[in-house]
Amino acid sequence: MELWFTENHTDSIKFSIKIKRHLVSEQSEFQKIDILDSYELGRILVLDGFLMLTEKDEYIYHEMITHVPMATNPDIKRVLVIGAGDGGTIRELTRYGSIEHIDMVEIDRRVVEICREYLPQTAGKLDDPRLTIYYEDGLKFVRGRENEYDLIIVDSTDPFGPGEGLFTKEFYGNCYKALTSDGILVNQHESTFYDEYAEIMKRAHSRIKSFFPTALVYSAHIPTYPSGHWLFGFASKRFDPRRDQQADWWLAQGIRTRYYNQYVHSGCFALPNNVRDVLRETPAAK
Amino acid sequence: MCGVREMKLDQSRAPLYEAMREHRLNRVVPFDVPGHKGGRGNRTLTEFLGENCLKNDVNSMKPLDNLCHPVSVIKQAQELAADAFGAENSVFIVNGATGAVQAMIMSLCKAGDKIILPRNVHRSAINALVVCGAIPVYVNPGVNGRLGIPLGMTPEEVERAVVANPEAKAVLVNNPTYYGICSDLKKIVEIAHRHGLKVLCDEVHGTHFYFGEGLPISGMAAGADMSAVSVHKTGGSLTQSALLLLGKGINPDYVRQIINLTQTTSASYLLMASLDLARQNLAINGREFYAKTLENVNYARGEINAAGGYYAFGSELCDGGAFYGFDGTKLSVHTRAMGLAGIEVYDLLRDEYGIQIEFGDIGNILAIITGGDRTLEIERLISALSEIKRLYGRSPVGLYDHEYINPTVDMPPQAAFYAERETLPIESTAGRICSEFVMCYPPGIPILAPGERITADILDYISFAKEKGCSLTGCRDMRVEFLDVVK
Repeated sequence: MELWFTENHTDSIKFSIKIKRHLVSEQSEFQKIDILDSYELGRILVLDGFLMLTEKDEYIYHEMITHVPMATNPDIKRVLVIGAGDGGTIRELTRYGSIEHIDMVEIDRRVVEICREYLPQTAGKLDDPRLTIYYEDGLKFVRGRENEYDLIIVDSTDPFGPGEGLFTKEFYGNCYKALTSDGILVNQHESTFYDEYAEIMKRAHSRIKSFFPTALVYSAHIPTYPSGHWLFGFASKRFDPRRDQQADWWLAQGIRTRYYNQYVHSGCFALPNNVRDVLRETPAAK
Repeated sequence: MCGVREMKLDQSRAPLYEAMREHRLNRVVPFDVPGHKGGRGNRTLTEFLGENCLKNDVNSMKPLDNLCHPVSVIKQAQELAADAFGAENSVFIVNGATGAVQAMIMSLCKAGDKIILPRNVHRSAINALVVCGAIPVYVNPGVNGRLGIPLGMTPEEVERAVVANPEAKAVLVNNPTYYGICSDLKKIVEIAHRHGLKVLCDEVHGTHFYFGEGLPISGMAAGADMSAVSVHKTGGSLTQSALLLLGKGINPDYVRQIINLTQTTSASYLLMASLDLARQNLAINGREFYAKTLENVNYARGEINAAGGYYAFGSELCDGGAFYGFDGTKLSVHTRAMGLAGIEVYDLLRDEYGIQIEFGDIGNILAIITGGDRTLEIERLISALSEIKRLYGRSPVGLYDHEYINPTVDMPPQAAFYAERETLPIESTAGRICSEFVMCYPPGIPILAPGERITADILDYISFAKEKGCSLTGCRDMRVEFLDVVK
């Protein structure tokens, strides 16, 4: 018998992985949570049928969403992470001794509990003493904060389902308010290759641009995500990650990475024309 | 406060829905209208609305009864609805609650008969007066100065009007107003009945009073004689479907004749089936659904008030008089204190945040929240309001401070509407008698109705509403630059 996990990348394109065992299948209050064990990609986290991470390539996403902002402003002390129930982003952040406090806001407690049990590779640092986990709606949490964080990382699911509120104008505006005057906002920014994702990415980018003087997009190659070419948003009140990159400081931290390095840092902002074309069509929302 | 009623019939049945399902299963060959023939005649429409929808869009026939003359499944469905709402009889209405309001008034009033009503009624009530020639006796609603909104009627004011007009036929009561405010209905019924008048309830915004707990009393429970219930608003049926509820002393066959004067003879089975299924669902799940509704609204009200700037008002304003009761399911929010007209907040929510609410007027907005909303959407509304305050809030200086002006009625609506008219630039109409309607829609409460004296104050209000972007309707001149006045 053969067992395959299939994710629909579009209505007419499928991506399939041969599975060894189905370890968890649970309907939480918010979504369907599945953990699968595969032959080539290790364990896989799936939410509502969408692949969130595989043990084989999760480091690319998690390194890129954290080290780019961290190597831009060494004075980042207080960090807010929204989403990130698998713990991968927290794992990367805890490698910086310079960070004093991390608040993580995940709407679904069961994602965290299940990842702690079945995905220690990503969830292994969720007991760091600098970390406080809040189980609530990200939009609600950030609404109540003002001038508190040097960095906000939005490590969200796709903008359908529980992550929907994290792609809205009201969310980005509230993030702006929650950030200090040095603040940086980094978010999972979908991809432009397939039309459906491109629209979402365009809208999100335009909304962010309406609040932040610097709003850039950078990319990484993530083999198991639709199209393999994934984008991140970098928005900031003061810093430009290309001009202000602190390569020497970052190297001195001695953090061993498998994807990110000082060359990738400057290179990832160099966007191919097919992304630049989409971005140019994206004026700042009023 | 209403408790939950005992129902006598088997509310799990839905006779019209069941008959329509059976009709489909019988695969009857349709050589009758509608001509789209189950959707095959219009592919785009079928793709857009769905095949089931088109297949169920059928016409009256023996097995499916006829709304103009109900003898079988529609009759049974209406009996179940009457049982569920605690009425003696009920009638399905497919012309919106507007149809139900007009049927109530026209069933009790002929030309020249008087009817006592608050001036802040929906246009549908005054329309009925234009059509049937009844004479309004307005009871001025109380006004809350801080919020600038009209309230309910006090029993004392009603009694004064009843005593002064002993020949009047009926009293009409909003239960509740659009903003959620209730009068002391039980007492008003008692006064009216003591003087031999019938009581009509405009319960267009009150379907949930019949099924929820901890809500103001419903018309039928208070002993009212007729009630117009807009089931599509908060009861879950399709837009434009409504119920007319009748109490003990009302002859249902005469009411049917009155309805048939103006209602379509091709009543939509989609609308009627939606009424049947909404009633079934409310009877079975209504209590739970409205408990969830109240929980959602109370949460939103608390968060909005905690954020400051806005005032999401509630039962703390109840004063035993014109603000006798409050419908807790209404999220009515006063916006003027942070320098924004309600209509401005309404437009910002839609244009900047992709959130559509029910209405915004000069000083307030109203959002309809039900048990069908998800937490994440409620969070979006609260967060967007907090962003609007941060980005657009300003000093309230220069904002118009009232929502409602009690007009003087100098001519009956029908006489003024059909009188010889003169069209004048709006700014030069002060002192004249208006012969048409002017209103912001929504909420659809006339600023001017036919027969009312135009004043400088009213013209200021209209010009402010226009400037802030309210959608003004009712006049012949769609741009509201000219008004028709009585010659």
